[in-house]
Amino acid sequence: MAKKKFVVGCFDDEEVLFPAVSKVRTAGYKIHDVYTPFAVHGLDHALGLRETSLHTAGFIYGITGTTTALSCISWIFTKDWPLNIGGKPHFALPAWIPITFELTVLFAAVGMVLTFCYISQLAPFVKKHHFHARATDDLFVMVIECTDTTNAEDLKAFLASNGAVETDIQIAEEGWWLGRYDKEEMRFENKQIVAA
Amino acid sequence: MASIRLQFEIPGKMKTWSLGLIGVGLVALVFGMITKGFSSDEHEQVHFWGTLMYNTIFWTLVCNASMFFICVTTLAMGGWQQSFRRIPEAISTMVPIFGSITFAVLLYVVLSDKHHIYHWLDTAAVAKDPILSGKAGFLNAKFFIIWTTLTIGFWSFLGWRMRQLSNEADIEAMDHETGKNFIFRNTVRAALFTVWFALTVGSTVPWLWMMSIDAHWYSTMYSWYTFASTFVAGLSLIALWMVYLKNKGYMELTNQEHLQDIGKFMFAFSIFWTYLWFSQYMLIWYANIPEETVYFKHRVQGPYKGIFFLNLIINFLCPLLILMKRSAKRNYTLVTFMAVLIIFGHWIDFYQMVMGSLMKESVELGWLDFGILSFFVGMMIFFVGRALASKPLIPKYHPFLKESVIHIV
Repeated sequence: MAKKKFVVGCFDDEEVLFPAVSKVRTAGYKIHDVYTPFAVHGLDHALGLRETSLHTAGFIYGITGTTTALSCISWIFTKDWPLNIGGKPHFALPAWIPITFELTVLFAAVGMVLTFCYISQLAPFVKKHHFHARATDDLFVMVIECTDTTNAEDLKAFLASNGAVETDIQIAEEGWWLGRYDKEEMRFENKQIVAA
Repeated sequence: MASIRLQFEIPGKMKTWSLGLIGVGLVALVFGMITKGFSSDEHEQVHFWGTLMYNTIFWTLVCNASMFFICVTTLAMGGWQQSFRRIPEAISTMVPIFGSITFAVLLYVVLSDKHHIYHWLDTAAVAKDPILSGKAGFLNAKFFIIWTTLTIGFWSFLGWRMRQLSNEADIEAMDHETGKNFIFRNTVRAALFTVWFALTVGSTVPWLWMMSIDAHWYSTMYSWYTFASTFVAGLSLIALWMVYLKNKGYMELTNQEHLQDIGKFMFAFSIFWTYLWFSQYMLIWYANIPEETVYFKHRVQGPYKGIFFLNLIINFLCPLLILMKRSAKRNYTLVTFMAVLIIFGHWIDFYQMVMGSLMKESVELGWLDFGILSFFVGMMIFFVGRALASKPLIPKYHPFLKESVIHIV
C-alpha cells in the first residue's frame, strides 16, 4: 500500500457534479473515485467505469455449488453408502435437485458477498481512509489522484470554478489496512477538515 | 414529438405472409376435418379435435397473457411499459377472436359427447365410477359450458374495458387531477381483470379444459403450470412485436432498456415455469402412487419421452444459459431467437399436455399440427397488425409516459 497525494473537491448537488466529472475527465485528470451519500444513477457511465464482473464471478460460484452438490450426493448415495429409500434407484436425481439448487444459491450468494466486500475493501478490523466525513451525509466528494506533473493548486482552482463548494489536498493511504476505527489514530498526515 | 411516427401502416409483405399462413392453415384444417374430424374412426377424430383444442387454448391463453401483463404492470404503478403498451393491447384484441374459436371447438367436443376426449362426458361410466361421480359437481357438461362462456366472455369484456380506457391517453394532455383520476380508474379496471384472471387461468380453467382429459388424475399445480407456460410465451410474443416494430422504424421511445426488462421477464418466468414443472413432477415421482404416476408414465418412459425432455431443454436450459447475460437481453437478434424458441417450446409443451393424454400409443406430430399452428400464427399476425394500425402506437398523454422515456435498467 502506498501513500498518494489527492486533490479532493466536494459538491453539494449532483446537477453540478455531472458536468464537473466530465470536465475533469476531458481535462485529463485521473479521478480516483467519487464518494456519494446515495447511489447516483448514471454516475458510473459518466466516470467511464467498466461493467462489473461480479455477476460472472457469481455464475462461477453458482456452478461450483451445483457441481459440489451433485458430485457429493451422487458419490455418497451410489458409492460410499448406498441406501434403499422407498425402492428408489440409488441414483435418484429428482430428489437431489432441491439440495443442488440450495447449494447453487448458497455458493453464489456467499461467494458474491465476499467478493463484493473484497473488491470494495470492506471487512471487519480493516480501515480505509475517508476523504470527507460528509460523503455519508450530504456531500458528493470527488477525489482526484495527483501525478508528478499535476499542479495541485491549479486543480483546486479548476474544481472550485466548476462548482466545488470545498476543496483540499490530502496525502493518504489509497487501500485498506488492518486496524479499528475506535482504537487507532488516523493514518494520514494532514487531517481533513471536518465540518464543525 | 414531431419526429415520432404514431401511425402504424401495415406493410404489404406482412399482409401477404399472414394471409398465406392462414391459407395454408385453412387447407390443413379443411383436409384434416374431412379425413379425420368427421371420419368414423375414433382415433382419427380424437387426433383432429385434440389438435384443435391444444392450439386454440394455447393461443387464447398466450394472447390473454398480454392483457394480464398490462394489468399487473398497471397495478404495480409501473411506468416503464407505457412506451410500448399498445403492443400488448393489440395482442389482447385477439382474445375475443381466438376465444370464440376455442369456445366453438370446446362446445362441439362437449355437445357431441366426445367421451374419448373427455371421459367424464360418458354418464354411464361416471355413475359406476366412485372417483368420477365424486368429481361430477365440477366435471359435467352444464358447468363446463357455463364456466367456459363466463371465462371467455369476461376476459374479452374486461380486457376491452381496459383498452377503452387507454384511448383517453391519446386525446389531450392531462392536468394533475385528471391524471390521478385516470390512473385510479386504470387501477380499478386492472384489478377486476386480474381477479377474474386468477379465478380462471390461475385455478379452474386449465383443470376444466385440459386436466380433465385425464379424468381420474389431478394435480393442483396444473393451473399454475399452464399459466406460467402461457405467460412466458405471451411475453415472448410481446418481445417479438417490439423488435419487429423497432425494425420497421416505429417505437422511437422504446429501446434496449425496455427490451432488457422484457428479456428479464422471459428469463424469470422460464425459471418459474421450471419450478412448477419440477414441483409437479417431483412429488408424484417421490410418492410413486399409481393413480398419480399414470400421467407421467407414458411421457417419461413411453413414446413422448423425446418431446418431454426436449420441452425441458428448450424451456429451461436454453433460457437459463442464453438469457442469463445482460448483453444477451439487450441484443435484438438474440432476444428474437429466444422468443421464437420459447413460443415454440411452450407450444410443444401444450402438445404433450393434451395429445400426451389423448394419444398415448404414439406421437403423431405432423402436418396437421403445423398446419393448424400456421393458421393461428397467420390470424395473430393479421389481426394484431390491424389492431396496431387502428390506434396511435404511443399513448402520448399518459401521465406515466415520461417514466418510460427516461427508463434505465
